[in-house]
Amino acid sequence: MSVKSTAARSSRGGAKRRGGAGRKPELVQLLTPEGERVEHSEYSIDLTPEELRGLYRDMVFTRRFDGEAVTLQRQGELGLWASLLGQEAAQIGSGRATRPDDYVFPTYREHGVAWTRGVDPLNLLGMFRGVNNGGWDPNLNNFHLYTIVIGSQALHATGYAMGVAKDGADSAVIAYFGDGASSQGDVAEAFTFAAVYNAPVVFFCQNNQWAISEPTERQTRVPIYQRAAGFGFPGVRVDGNDVLAVLAVTRAALEHARSGEGPMLVEAFTYRMGAHTTSDDATRYRLDEETEEWAAKDPIARLKAYLANEGLADETFFAEVEAESDALAKRVREGVRAMPNPEPMAIFDNIYADGHALVDEERAQFAAYQASFEGSEEGAAR
Amino acid sequence: MSTATAPASAPAARKPATMAQALRQALHDALADDASVHVLGEDVGTLGGVFRITDGLTKEFGPDRVTDTPLAEAGILGTAVGMAMYGLRPVVEMQFDAFAYPAIEQLISHVARMRNRTRGAMPLPITIRIPYGGGIGGVEHHSDSSEAYYLHTPGLHVVTPATVADAYGLLRASIASDDPVVFLEPKRLYWSKADWSADAPQGVPPLGRAVVRRAGRSATLITYGPSLPVCLEAAEAGRQEGWDLEVVDLRSLVPFDDETVCDSVRRTGRAVVVHESSGFGGAGAEIAARITERCFHHLAAPVLRVAGFDIPYPPPMLERYHLPGVDRVLDAVARLQWEAN
Ligand SMILES: Cc1ncc(C[n+]2csc(CCOP(=O)(O)OP(=O)(O)O)c2C)c(N)n1
Ligand SMILES: [Mg+2]
Repeated sequence: MSVKSTAARSSRGGAKRRGGAGRKPELVQLLTPEGERVEHSEYSIDLTPEELRGLYRDMVFTRRFDGEAVTLQRQGELGLWASLLGQEAAQIGSGRATRPDDYVFPTYREHGVAWTRGVDPLNLLGMFRGVNNGGWDPNLNNFHLYTIVIGSQALHATGYAMGVAKDGADSAVIAYFGDGASSQGDVAEAFTFAAVYNAPVVFFCQNNQWAISEPTERQTRVPIYQRAAGFGFPGVRVDGNDVLAVLAVTRAALEHARSGEGPMLVEAFTYRMGAHTTSDDATRYRLDEETEEWAAKDPIARLKAYLANEGLADETFFAEVEAESDALAKRVREGVRAMPNPEPMAIFDNIYADGHALVDEERAQFAAYQASFEGSEEGAAR
Repeated sequence: MSTATAPASAPAARKPATMAQALRQALHDALADDASVHVLGEDVGTLGGVFRITDGLTKEFGPDRVTDTPLAEAGILGTAVGMAMYGLRPVVEMQFDAFAYPAIEQLISHVARMRNRTRGAMPLPITIRIPYGGGIGGVEHHSDSSEAYYLHTPGLHVVTPATVADAYGLLRASIASDDPVVFLEPKRLYWSKADWSADAPQGVPPLGRAVVRRAGRSATLITYGPSLPVCLEAAEAGRQEGWDLEVVDLRSLVPFDDETVCDSVRRTGRAVVVHESSGFGGAGAEIAARITERCFHHLAAPVLRVAGFDIPYPPPMLERYHLPGVDRVLDAVARLQWEAN
């Protein structure tokens, strides 16, 4: 009955329609994979050598920290890690475009953005070690906790931006999400609300080509940035491995938001070089050739080539950055091992604003129960 | 439609199998037996699911039968509703307990009610597989026990296996059911092993039947899913204290097997309900109420509950304090007013 006809129907359509109505999507690029500076008609950037070196340093640090976290997971110091390898330019470029008074809503992979916001990398490891559900105060750096549930934070960012607009503040909000997340209803609803209320929010989608094992074609038949048009705000695709282009485009998008022109969607076209997380085995679903192709577009290598070719940095500088990142890795390694185990009683804290009879009762019962083990070998429950 | 009976061929030898393998076999056999069965979810195709429950199925049955969906749970379940209306028998995978929540509106307002709204004209034979529970050291949102939300929704079956054999049998029965079934898979038991073969006679138990896993006379431990091994261990340990504990595995929360539960409690006179999810408003509350209503004069002590605390699921390093363990179960047994005897 129905089954056959369904099968026949579902194989229609196909790759032809990919990439929109046959047009090749425009990609903003200011630095080629070979490290050559190119110009773009709409987006430009003019950075001092100091600033350029700073971006390089940020990316090297981020990659080194990320690699260290992967190692720590392998050594059993962390339960899990979601590596950002390959996405350093997308994160450093966009993060460096934000101002301290902007507010950032990250996913679980935004370690580079966290770095630009001044969050101590060590604090990012707590939830992956299992000692907390987010180890920093979001108010300190205007950097929210990592949101693991896919897409939810797009709405939170939009609401936050609606608050900013009500106050007439000139700060902006940026919401990070992935290509997979672009399928969630929450993200579509965030687009709707942001457009309707002209909210000062930038939707920053890192299209790293994969959502665990599913390629972007499983999520969309048009380039993600083109979706913005249907909601009534601008969208742009930027070379996500080009830190200069990402910085220029995100600055412009945040400026657009700040100046009262409403939301904007930035699609950073990049690649997840590693597995989805340390629990994932990417060889089950993707080919080495694809990864190698993207390795040739490495974000750090191209900036390094540019800095070296233009004489903006010398070997001493590169060696210095290397040494500093080693020191960072060492600090993180030692720091994570020294992280105190959380107090069992803490599970009853911060559930309600005030005392709460049920929780208080359970806290007291649990304390008495724990005390009954005092002196016994394990000192805790089986 | 699938009849979900075991094949008539000679029974194969029992071999060690994991719960994950039994679940995979159930999906495999359902797909093979019934062309209307359609598996869909995130990463269920090439990857075989994050827990590998659908490993190799898309290769064998094709991507039209075992389908990677866009990353949108409301979309997955909402389209499954339409597919079921069209005559298919969707088996939906939600990647983790907490990631089923975006689909709650479809579940409560449409899946659970469609038979009733259409006065029986449009049943929805959908199975929603959800890995649930903690104890795996998962980061936030990967350890929820969400059964109470589902069992409070009329129109849904809520089923959860605790053994390898039941994983196969109950999943076959769930897929064969013409009502929607929320099929909760205790993820920390995925790699538990038992000697098993798919065509053993106990292959397909009916939905809604509890089973006594361990006979005893002192008190009844009533449990399901991930807490069954805890209760069996507690029952063993309880012997040292002089207790002979009976353990009932509910297998299905909806429909609920009052008969097996009450039969046990009437014999033992004491009962403790054990589950991971928070106690307040949880399954244990319903179970304790039903026992009290039906077996009051047989009870020597109030029915007690050992449950997760009424707190958001704690981070991995603290989860062992939250989860009912052997000592907490025995502690509850000790409070069953033995001195009154
Ligand atoms: C609502 C919800 N559904 C499913 C998941 C499980 N999950 C975690 S990450 C992920 C893929 C996300 O892909 P994408 O949005 O592209 O982000 P990326 O991981 O590539 O950075 C999925 C399905 C989840 N965390 N939340
Ligand atoms: Mg992605």
